[in-house]
Amino acid sequence: MKITVGGETKEVKDGITISELIEQEKVETPEYVSVSVNEEFEKKENFAARQLKDGDVVEFLYFMGGGQ
Amino acid sequence: MKITIKKSDYEKILSHARKERPDEACGLIGGVDREDGVREIRKVYLLTNVDHTSEHFSLDPKEQLAAVKDMRANGLKPLGNWHSHPASPSRSSQEDIRLAFDKKASYLILSLMDDNNPVLNSFHVEDGVSTKEYLEIV
Repeated sequence: MKITVGGETKEVKDGITISELIEQEKVETPEYVSVSVNEEFEKKENFAARQLKDGDVVEFLYFMGGGQ
Repeated sequence: MKITIKKSDYEKILSHARKERPDEACGLIGGVDREDGVREIRKVYLLTNVDHTSEHFSLDPKEQLAAVKDMRANGLKPLGNWHSHPASPSRSSQEDIRLAFDKKASYLILSLMDDNNPVLNSFHVEDGVSTKEYLEIV
């Protein structure tokens, strides 16, 4: 099936989970990455169970913060 | 690395940072990595500091997503972020370094410690080390 990841269309296995996609995409420090699917943010505890569907649009966003 | 920011964009974040005081202000930078090795900021984004404090900032993920989509729509890529230090120098704090998870990003810090002489620097953070980049306001 085809999904869009970070603006790029990719062919992935049917039913791939968010966790599997994070691993496949070699996302660094995944514990600090938010994931949105079709503009809805998914909770981290659901990453392993949430299966993606054909046509889904996925974004990985690094947490950005700091302090003086 | 050399990184450039337009004077109008610099003034945009300066104005926003002053307005947000005493809280830290923050946002994203979008642009291009040119073939000559120069990182060119072409658009700055003013985002909400969801921490609403003078000592910390966190970007709003929804605004972050909207900004990234806008960058793509304009042929730009996310280059990093910027934030203000209302009362401390323009250098990466321990917390800034600890929370810099993207090795490819440039982290701009605007100091308002001396309001008459604001200072903007850019940093690359990798493996716990913050390195100053050569930032030019053009």
